[in-house]
Amino acid sequence: MAEPLLKVQHLVKRFGALAATDDASFEVMPGEVHALIGPNGAGKTTLIHQISGGLRPDSGQVLFAGRDVTHDSMDAHVRAGLVRSYQITSIFKSYSVLDNLALAVLARRPGTPGWWRAAVNDDAAYAEAEALMAQIGLSHRADALSGGLAHGEQRQLEVGLALAARPKLLLLDEPMAGMGPDESERMVDLLMQLRQNLTLLLVEHDMEAVFRLADRISTLVFGKVIASGTPQEIREHPEVKRAYLGDEELAA
Amino acid sequence: MSKPIRQSALHHAGPGKAVLLTVLALLLALPFAAKAMGLEFYIGVATRVLIFAIAASSLNLILGFGGMVSFGHAAFVGLGAYTVGILMDAGVSSAWISWPLAMLVSAGAAALIGAISLRTRGVYFIMITLAFAQMFYYIVVSLKAYGGDDGLPLTGRSLIASGIDLKDDAHFYWVVLALSVAVMGFLQRCVNSSFGRLLQGTRENEMRMAAVGTRVFLIRWQAFVLAGALAGLAGALLANLNGLVTPHLMHWTQSGQLMIMVIIGGAGALWGGLLGAAGLLILEELLSSYTLHWHMALGVVLLAVVLFAPKGLSGLKRARRQAKETIHG
Amino acid sequence: MDWILITEQALNGLQFGLMLFLLAAGLTLVFGIMDMINLAHGSLYMVGAYLAAAVAQASGSFALAVLAALAGTALFGMLLEITLLRRLYKRDHLAQVLATFALILICNEGVRMIWGEQPMMLNTPAALSGPVELLPGLYYPAYRLLIISVGLAVALLLFVLVTRTRIGMWVRAGASNREMATMMGINIKRLFTLVFGFGAALCALAGSLLGPLLAVQVGMGESILILAFVVIVIGGIGSIRGALVGSLLVGLVDTLSRTLLPAVLRQVASSEVASNLGPALASILIYVLMAAVLFWRPQGLFPARG
Repeated sequence: MAEPLLKVQHLVKRFGALAATDDASFEVMPGEVHALIGPNGAGKTTLIHQISGGLRPDSGQVLFAGRDVTHDSMDAHVRAGLVRSYQITSIFKSYSVLDNLALAVLARRPGTPGWWRAAVNDDAAYAEAEALMAQIGLSHRADALSGGLAHGEQRQLEVGLALAARPKLLLLDEPMAGMGPDESERMVDLLMQLRQNLTLLLVEHDMEAVFRLADRISTLVFGKVIASGTPQEIREHPEVKRAYLGDEELAA
Repeated sequence: MSKPIRQSALHHAGPGKAVLLTVLALLLALPFAAKAMGLEFYIGVATRVLIFAIAASSLNLILGFGGMVSFGHAAFVGLGAYTVGILMDAGVSSAWISWPLAMLVSAGAAALIGAISLRTRGVYFIMITLAFAQMFYYIVVSLKAYGGDDGLPLTGRSLIASGIDLKDDAHFYWVVLALSVAVMGFLQRCVNSSFGRLLQGTRENEMRMAAVGTRVFLIRWQAFVLAGALAGLAGALLANLNGLVTPHLMHWTQSGQLMIMVIIGGAGALWGGLLGAAGLLILEELLSSYTLHWHMALGVVLLAVVLFAPKGLSGLKRARRQAKETIHG
Repeated sequence: MDWILITEQALNGLQFGLMLFLLAAGLTLVFGIMDMINLAHGSLYMVGAYLAAAVAQASGSFALAVLAALAGTALFGMLLEITLLRRLYKRDHLAQVLATFALILICNEGVRMIWGEQPMMLNTPAALSGPVELLPGLYYPAYRLLIISVGLAVALLLFVLVTRTRIGMWVRAGASNREMATMMGINIKRLFTLVFGFGAALCALAGSLLGPLLAVQVGMGESILILAFVVIVIGGIGSIRGALVGSLLVGLVDTLSRTLLPAVLRQVASSEVASNLGPALASILIYVLMAAVLFWRPQGLFPARG
């Protein structure tokens, strides 16, 4: 029985009287695609912030590859291999696509960054950036200003920036957000490719994509994980159905 | 310096070898020209411009390139100046000792102030840097042993080597020129390096930088300390130029003046510090010869720059270049 | 310890704190609602003092001078807001700092051009120039008592305005969430010009009342401006209650430390050290306080924003 790569244990986060995360626990096994679903207001984003190091939980633990990373900074999480992408695209809008990725590659490098050698001459960094560009399918837009890209292309770059950090586990916050059917299809293809080498934790509303991609699904309701299992198990779970009562997506 | 293999809009290329060498030649020849025309006074003016170019460029590093609006940068200039003044008062006149020590003192203060201030953001950062600068100002004012409010006069200029007499304005000018060329050259390499890229990245999108693994605090702190050290050097040179160190050097209005230089020259532009220092000091010279109330004109000019030309002088050059490109297709 | 001296100094601290509150209240609202750093706030204080001095000299009436200062500065402030400051709301803090710094230069020079380099005389009204015996042995200047009363009255007025009137509710809404307030139909632009004018009037009140005690001179705004910023950082940006608590804290700490610190130091060190270190420590104490608040509770003691 393999050890889980990510173990979230009894996380609690309160904002005033509201418990946005209310004793949430679940596990992600290495190599799987794990989806986190839940109705609006369930607290998915807050949970993601805590797992990725952007928000400190009030109590509970986040264990990654056996280590307790609960109170580590975000950049420490990244160095350990736990990397996230954002629901609201967060790229360097005034830089070209290639420069965006090169910057992420430079950021990930261990050790102190040099003060003398020009970054633009760093062949290794740019080669890695070009490989990433090919992987996410944006090579034809290398020199385009990333702020001018189409929404779907920006979301691809968003994933690319996260990939540059060489993650062991990639935490994707609604990668398909705001995408039309064609763009979503491209993103699903990209994720299918990534799953071969990475563990993915996916937060998504797009149920069709979730059921296509996920090996296992956890359902978050009012800050608590009420069910964790295979897509089939989740589809038939009575509490999950109750939580989504009236929601057309699950009925499909 | 090798030509970059690839193009990147992020690389700050500078004006090119031909322009650089021409400007350098002109600057080297300045003392001869001034003496020939009987305008020796302008050697001192030029020296002042170069010293403030160092100070403003150091602020440009953290403010323009790093996005940290530090309202207390004059404190580091003042600390460097006072280090030289106090050492000379104690009998130590060698530039080889007092100038590096000035940089060290300012760097040390920056390390301390930065460690605390950089935990804050936005307006709080502006306020806390201002607070620290005020603290140093009041501490220095209270040092009656070193003149308090009136300041401490220097008995002479620092000693460098036999053959170079800094009391000779032309010699001092050339030493300052050499140092400012070294500083600008170093800063050019610095902002184009990996460190510089990461620093500018934290200005562009701090959250994303952390999310790709950057130690944001550390990068900013290093830049802050480096800027402090360079400001300390400017302070050491300023002490020599003025022959006097006063607490006024650290007053928050002096920090404001450095910020004005950065914005006039162009924040985040390679030569922003140099252009801004030259621009402001020349503007002050011109305006003060016309009217007693030149502060009014300066205020109006500054207001106009902020409202209508926020990228400063560097922006004008870029705008003209872009206009040319559109015309020529 | 001489309790009469301490009480006197405490009253001075209270008086200074209340005047500081007049500046801080306007400043914190500008900052809280429009997210704008306004360095020229101190210049409004200076303009108020100068107007008061000019009218007092021309008319001989202190009351008239204060009223004229209030009206004139409020008008000046509103004009400034409509023509200039509005363009800065959307800009970043650096642009705001530099633009309002430019305003300081312009205002200082303007005042110099109109009224000259020498400080202007503003005299305490004759009726209040004597001391009042508060307690047996404790005498306190009547004028300073007036300042304290006016300060307390204004604080009360502001409290009533902000918590009990509709306009006050709008202001509080704007300070805690500007976008939401706009979406709920509050005309933020007009509200803001009014708030700014009101803040300018408060500055003028402080300027004209403090004029007889401090000098009415060019550049008088800068030193008090920094203290006002310290106050709003400590108190919490956007919060009037925070501005009051912060001002009283700063006023008392600043005034009392100047008296007490040298005395305390003299107990433990030589008198030379005490007379050097004492004033320096007293000056930096407020900044140490602000730095501490920024470090441990950056939103301030009473944050207005959720």
